[in-house]
Amino acid sequence: MLEIEIDGKTTEVADGSTVMDAAHKLGIFVPHFCYHKKLSIAANCRMCLVQVEKAPKPLPACATPVTNGMKVFTHSESAVKAQKGVMEFLLINHPLDCPICDQGGECQLQDLSVGYGQSASRYQEEKRVVVNKNLGPLIATDMTRCIHCTRCVRFTQEIAGWMELGQAFRGEHSEIMPFIEKTVDSELSGNVIDLCPVGALTSKPFRFAARTWELSRRKSVSPHDGLGANLIVQVKHDKVLRVLPLDNEHVNECWLSDKDRYSYEALNSDARLTKPMLKQCGEWREVDWQTALEFIGTDLKRVVRDHGAASVGALASPHATLEELYLLQKFVRGAGSDSIDCRLRQTDFSLDGKNVVPWLGMPVADIQQLDRVLVIGSFLRKDHPLLAQRLRQAAKKFTRVSLLHAADDDQLIALHAKSVVAPSALAAELAGIVKAATEAKGAAVDAALANVQPSVAARQIAESLVSGENAAIFLGNYAQQLAQSATLHALAQQLAAITGARFGYLGEAANSVGGYIAKAVPGAQGLNAARMLSEPRKAYFVLHAEPELDCANPHQAMAALKGADLVVAMTPFKTRAIDYAHVILPIAPFTETSGTFINTEGRVQSFNAVVKPLDETRPAWKVLRVLGNLLGLAGFEQDSSEAVRTEALGGKPEFVSERLNNRAEGPAIDLTAAVPALQRIADVPIYFADALVRRAPSLQKTRDAAPPAARMNAATLAKLGLNAGMQVKVSSGGTAILTAQLDDGLPDGCVRVAAGHELTAGLGALQGEITVERA
Amino acid sequence: MGTLGFILEAAEGERSWRLAEYVKRGGYDALKKIFSEKIPADQVVGELKKSSLRGRGGAGFPTGLKWSFMPRQFPGAKYVVCNSDEGEPGTFKDRDILRWNPHMVIEGMIIAGYAMGCQRGYNYIHGEIWDIYKRFEEALVEARAANLLGNNILGSDFSFELQAHHGYGAYICGEETALLESIEGKKGQPRFKPPFPASYGLYGKPTTINNTETFASVPYIINEGGDRFLELGKPNNGGTKLFSVSGHVNRPGNFEVPMGTPFKDLLEMAGGMRGGRKLKAVIPGGSSAPVLPADVIMECTLDYDSIAKAGSMLGSGAVIVMDETTCMVKALERLSYFYFEESCGQCTPCREGTGWLYRVVHRIEHGEGRPEDLDLLNSVTDNIMGRTICALGDAASMPVKSFIKHFGAEFEYHIQNKKCLVPEDVQRAGSGFFKVS
Amino acid sequence: MLSQESRQQIDREIAKYPAEQKQSAVMAALAIVQMEQGWLSTEAIEAVADHLGMAPVAVYEVASFYNMYDLAPVGKYKITVCTNLPCALSGGVHAADYLKQKLGVGFNETTPDGRFTLKEGECMGACGDAPVMLVNNVRMCSFMQPEQIDSLLGECK
Repeated sequence: MLEIEIDGKTTEVADGSTVMDAAHKLGIFVPHFCYHKKLSIAANCRMCLVQVEKAPKPLPACATPVTNGMKVFTHSESAVKAQKGVMEFLLINHPLDCPICDQGGECQLQDLSVGYGQSASRYQEEKRVVVNKNLGPLIATDMTRCIHCTRCVRFTQEIAGWMELGQAFRGEHSEIMPFIEKTVDSELSGNVIDLCPVGALTSKPFRFAARTWELSRRKSVSPHDGLGANLIVQVKHDKVLRVLPLDNEHVNECWLSDKDRYSYEALNSDARLTKPMLKQCGEWREVDWQTALEFIGTDLKRVVRDHGAASVGALASPHATLEELYLLQKFVRGAGSDSIDCRLRQTDFSLDGKNVVPWLGMPVADIQQLDRVLVIGSFLRKDHPLLAQRLRQAAKKFTRVSLLHAADDDQLIALHAKSVVAPSALAAELAGIVKAATEAKGAAVDAALANVQPSVAARQIAESLVSGENAAIFLGNYAQQLAQSATLHALAQQLAAITGARFGYLGEAANSVGGYIAKAVPGAQGLNAARMLSEPRKAYFVLHAEPELDCANPHQAMAALKGADLVVAMTPFKTRAIDYAHVILPIAPFTETSGTFINTEGRVQSFNAVVKPLDETRPAWKVLRVLGNLLGLAGFEQDSSEAVRTEALGGKPEFVSERLNNRAEGPAIDLTAAVPALQRIADVPIYFADALVRRAPSLQKTRDAAPPAARMNAATLAKLGLNAGMQVKVSSGGTAILTAQLDDGLPDGCVRVAAGHELTAGLGALQGEITVERA
Repeated sequence: MGTLGFILEAAEGERSWRLAEYVKRGGYDALKKIFSEKIPADQVVGELKKSSLRGRGGAGFPTGLKWSFMPRQFPGAKYVVCNSDEGEPGTFKDRDILRWNPHMVIEGMIIAGYAMGCQRGYNYIHGEIWDIYKRFEEALVEARAANLLGNNILGSDFSFELQAHHGYGAYICGEETALLESIEGKKGQPRFKPPFPASYGLYGKPTTINNTETFASVPYIINEGGDRFLELGKPNNGGTKLFSVSGHVNRPGNFEVPMGTPFKDLLEMAGGMRGGRKLKAVIPGGSSAPVLPADVIMECTLDYDSIAKAGSMLGSGAVIVMDETTCMVKALERLSYFYFEESCGQCTPCREGTGWLYRVVHRIEHGEGRPEDLDLLNSVTDNIMGRTICALGDAASMPVKSFIKHFGAEFEYHIQNKKCLVPEDVQRAGSGFFKVS
Repeated sequence: MLSQESRQQIDREIAKYPAEQKQSAVMAALAIVQMEQGWLSTEAIEAVADHLGMAPVAVYEVASFYNMYDLAPVGKYKITVCTNLPCALSGGVHAADYLKQKLGVGFNETTPDGRFTLKEGECMGACGDAPVMLVNNVRMCSFMQPEQIDSLLGECK
């Protein structure tokens, strides 16, 4: 430990600490622009110059290491003179356009210039003008305002993992820019706006919408991936105008992914459903709530009477709140059915009944302490942008991260090893890793693996896991969706046991864990999501889901729904429910209701509504409660969402980790996978993954939202006699006309066709056989 | 060519840059001596310390001391780097050293590698002297073929690999950490120190960087001993040194003279003032060094201490001579433009301040000066100096400060009369084409 | 985008550095490509980035930082004249003026026939040889009096 005195206050800091660290510890503010706790030290703005005893010149607090007995003065005459001198330089070329600058009111330069700037400029020469850059649909630029702190450049390099911005040219001609004609395409790009200390980078969708002081700041939780990023939702006149990160070191740190940040645009879009709709005599018409709910009550009773309660099923999105999911299952079960599910893309349910409640298996923040990681079946970076970011940082230090997957997308993580095989071969490849690890440990090989031949990559991955002291194995979204997911689970569980690694699931959605806790999964008497659709029901309740985009077999889902007597769709949006539903109820999105998400580490995160429900929209938990009462069901007396939550959780726990469990007793290992001539790999691209992002206009303009194509490697294209760029007809269940595209990161005999998009909603299963021919 | 010492004597010979010629002049004897006499690394460093050799790149840091900072026991890669990125206006000595005597630099670098336990070296050569870069690469080929580089050099258990890396037009890469960044394939933006290169250098490994002339001095010190080298110069200022004389003299060029040689002797060696005109001012250590008026410089001897006492720096030994036809405002304007153009743009005071300085000086030169401008210039330099990551901020400021200090009246004349004290045609005549005698 | 020969030359440069430090060869690679293609197009920079496994913008940073790289086409002969103070004291500015007059172009301009581009240079480290100029980045010309300039222009066909 080193002792340091700053402005007369003393403290002790660890070796290697900087003066800035020590100042933070003492609660002393040192003005700065380029310094940021999560980025490398640049020491380029020079705003944090302080006086250090015995040093001949002022030193930057951010980059000066503390030495024992050091005495620092941050407000002495010499320090303030240096700071004011720097401020003058920063301002000479900075435009005086604060009145029209979006950063006004939240600008670090503006704030600090109050304390360190002069009222008039001594600079009489011409000011620098810098051409603006097109960084894409999310980030607006005003590069003349840039003060060259390079936070944005360092962010793309260090946090996002690929340098998409640079500082080109030199001296006064320096410009922050992307490569010529390129945009910033990272799924984390919006963070550069928060990092920019001036108005050079601002939010394009938010541009000129409001002044920061007009906005109310309300806490919320992201409804997208399993992380549950903490949000500050900014509101004016009951409208969400902007979303910013709420610092939470344990969850999202100070970052947001772009979907967390920009999906709010969907809330204000024309796509919102604002009135209950009822289909009568083949015509849709707006009705009042009373009419809609009474219709449902009457019709449901009729279905139950005519076809039995088991003919009722409920499909819920795992992006729904805990309260909504809990009341939905209570309602369905109250009506006599045990068929409810929120695992809509899952196809292998053989772990049901084995007490498995899949979760990360550890706290999110522990990821950085792992020394070995194996991720199985995951479009990691796009499925879990901020978890991937943590792994990226870990891999830069001492963590060896390996990936077993069906596509070689660049994760922008320095991978130790990877194996990319066809979906049908994933289980066998994982078996190879298990076998190699078993052999390395000198243990007895499972009989089921007797004929397995580990590949070179499998051995490399096994060796890495065996040599670790704090390893973890994670099953990604893709692995969870595969027909062999239980086998993958069994193998991963075995591998974890052999190597002493922790074993977890990367939770797909904001409430993937919450769905289990709310019991929004079928009981012993009920059907799972897949069977509810393959064995069509007479009545369906669909909560927040869009089955043609969210289910494992869209073609089959649509057929089942269209054939039903009663389909009640509860959604905040005008969806394709008009094609299959009988009643559509406008329910509140996460910003218009209170609720709870339980993230993948089991963290219970509740939030309040940040704005009033739009028009006739109502929170779904209230709607379900009224429906329960209408049917005369018991236990629907809750007068607040908190009451629902307390009932669902049996208290007010902050974590439910102890109720979560990834260990299953002896699931069978089945390595006999059918290998079709051509098999589909379906990713769920980041901006097609849920109802909100699908309707967020700016996100839909990004490169990640490019329409699905039929992607194949060169060998597969050649084998099918196709060329990249051709129009092709893709068939599996239904058909789709797509453009053939070269993707050399795919295994032979595979066609990658994204799910979650209108263009591919007519197709059948997300995996298995598919045919492609010239259109 | 000027007087010759142990470095530039090579310039006399035919094809002096070839290995065979160098060997004939006693080349690589120092290296052979180390191996045959099994001189331990410590002793090599000790000899350097005894010699009082001070870095020839400009800062004048004692070389032996610098070498002793390298963590000898550090496991893994360590580097020795030669700074031949000579771009400080007025300096052109390294070009001649590499042109005539590349093997002397190579030998010096190998010895440095031996003394500090480095396995690899790079010589960073100014991009504009492409033919010199190519010649150095040829010398490396010769040295490798003769087992002077590579594994088990001359049968010893010491292995060392050396490569040339070229610049491509950035003055700032002469700053040692910018140079390291440049070798790493990045923009040449200086690093904040600490950490210093001796602990975190090239690729984050311990690294020692010396100037071309510094390395070229090493074989002599090993062959003749540190004491002998010291005696060539004066106490604390060991050896001979190359001085690059440019500007208004009759015979511009490099002159290798003992440290402590009187300035007026050097001026004489350079053929005296062109056209017999009167000396006005001298920048004694490259463009970054404060300018000295004629009467001050004529009393100086050429060594670190004497020039420092006079208020300037010996720097790289680049002596820019200006006669009475020189407009000091125009001279400063050109230098200020240079620093403005060459600022890397990384840190605020230099990026913003160099342009400000240039624009104000430019305005004065073009008859648009204001009475308050000289105070403004001084104040802006105060805000740049000592506030930047590297020394370029100081380098840009010192000319401004010193020109105003010594020639303030000329600046004031410009501001008041909106024209130059020295008539335009006189200036042009003084600085026009001239033949080297 | 990169010729076989350029690739080979670049690979020789890569070999100068530790295996995991390919990026160190970027300056040489850009110089090689520029010598072959005359200037650095967007495609050329991308090709170099791809060959070295670098982000294109990182290569662009380098290409735009060092002033001997040309990010726009130049004439067949690019003549860079040093006008810095030591050269200016010995005819550097006169040499530049003479060239401007002979070629009928100013700094950063190219003659209509595409033969010459004139550039103002900073210190080339050859102040004793003033006036100095650099032809196509590789040929340093010393003591450039009017007759030497005339004969240089004559050589540049």
